[in-house]
Amino acid sequence: MIALLVRDLRLAVRAGGGFGLGLAFFLIVVVLVPFGVGPDTALLSRIAPGVLWIAALLACLLSLDRIFALDFEDGSLDLLATSPLPLEGVAAVKALAHWVTTGLPLVLAAPVLGLLMNLPLAGYTALMISLMLGTPALSVIGAFGAALTVGLKRGGLLMSLLVLPMYVPTLIFGAEMARRGAEGLDYSAPMFMLAGISAGALALLPFASAAVLRVNLR
Amino acid sequence: MASLWEYANPLKFMRTSERVLPYVAGAALLCLVGGLVWGFFFTPDDYRQGATIKIFYLHVPSAMMAINIWVMMLITSLVWLVRRHHVSALAARAAAPVGAVMTLIALVTGAIWGQPMWGTWWVWDPRLTSFLILFLFYLGYMALWAAIDDDDTAADLTSVLCLVGSVFAVLSRYAVNFWNQGLHQGASLSLDKAENVADVFWYPALLCIAGFVLLFVTLVIIRTNTEIRARRMRALLAREQVA
Repeated sequence: MIALLVRDLRLAVRAGGGFGLGLAFFLIVVVLVPFGVGPDTALLSRIAPGVLWIAALLACLLSLDRIFALDFEDGSLDLLATSPLPLEGVAAVKALAHWVTTGLPLVLAAPVLGLLMNLPLAGYTALMISLMLGTPALSVIGAFGAALTVGLKRGGLLMSLLVLPMYVPTLIFGAEMARRGAEGLDYSAPMFMLAGISAGALALLPFASAAVLRVNLR
Repeated sequence: MASLWEYANPLKFMRTSERVLPYVAGAALLCLVGGLVWGFFFTPDDYRQGATIKIFYLHVPSAMMAINIWVMMLITSLVWLVRRHHVSALAARAAAPVGAVMTLIALVTGAIWGQPMWGTWWVWDPRLTSFLILFLFYLGYMALWAAIDDDDTAADLTSVLCLVGSVFAVLSRYAVNFWNQGLHQGASLSLDKAENVADVFWYPALLCIAGFVLLFVTLVIIRTNTEIRARRMRALLAREQVA
């Protein structure tokens, strides 16, 4: 499992810029928002938590099809399926590798972008914690969507249609937690809900992903 | 002894369903026409909502169906995953567009009613939002069916999507509750006499609900039979090409 994780991380870092791309996309979406709604700092600081969350979600979505598609094309997914490692484990490790290469950088970059969006000083802790808790759920749910559409030639668009509705609960609690943090309110309730969603998704969805992968590898 | 599983045989399913189809379709027509005419022309206006109360006879049944059709798809998907009966998977496939249209009817009639009553077409109220999300799930489900060529693969993948999607649809429903309780009133129909709407509205509404259920059954039978026939044609064509 660790060998697979290391392999996936190496591939992501060395081959073809999938690593930085999500981060750059995150930056660009956030930078575009003031052009769209105007540079009024009071308005920006009010919508900052939501914008950062939506941008993180989109950046996550962008890199999802890389989770399984490349391995499916060159046949290494078939090898992984026949290896002694259960396919559920493969799906979980793949999602973890996706989180380390996109989710984690997003968490680390978020405070800098928060500055650009004029996020109130009180909001940074809540923003970081919410992204830290929420992005693993985004990766695991996304891995399920990627597994569903792995055999399709033009699956990218379909995958976003399938995955985005499933992101709704995570987005609601994540953005709500970041907003409450920015307004200096108590954010423990959405935090627990967010952690619950992440934990549940982490525990259950690899099984669904593996079941779907088995169908697609038939 | 006759069991439900006999209808897993497509031939048996088609024979029986086509025998009952005219009766179900007739009953659907009767209930819908009866319920709607009764509701539209022979019930008093509500003392506060005026004539806008009439839209209730479309809104409530379609909203009920929108949710129950998804539940039916969930059950048939489970049956397909566990027992691999093709009719079951096909019934789920046949039900999805009907469910999507029901969701749309509920959303549109709700908006038309909301305009004069709430003064707005749309609010991000928990019930409204969760119906919109349900609609998106229907769209994704249908798109996945359409995107995959192989029938069995498509049935498998959409079934798993239906199971996982159900969990997230329910989760979204309670997640949006987190914002606020919203503008939408609580349930207007209830088996508890005291909470239910007045009898003058209740009986035509009951007839409309029965009509919508029967209409749904009719449509699913027709669509499932069409799909079985289409598959048979494809199989015949493939056999001819080989020969």
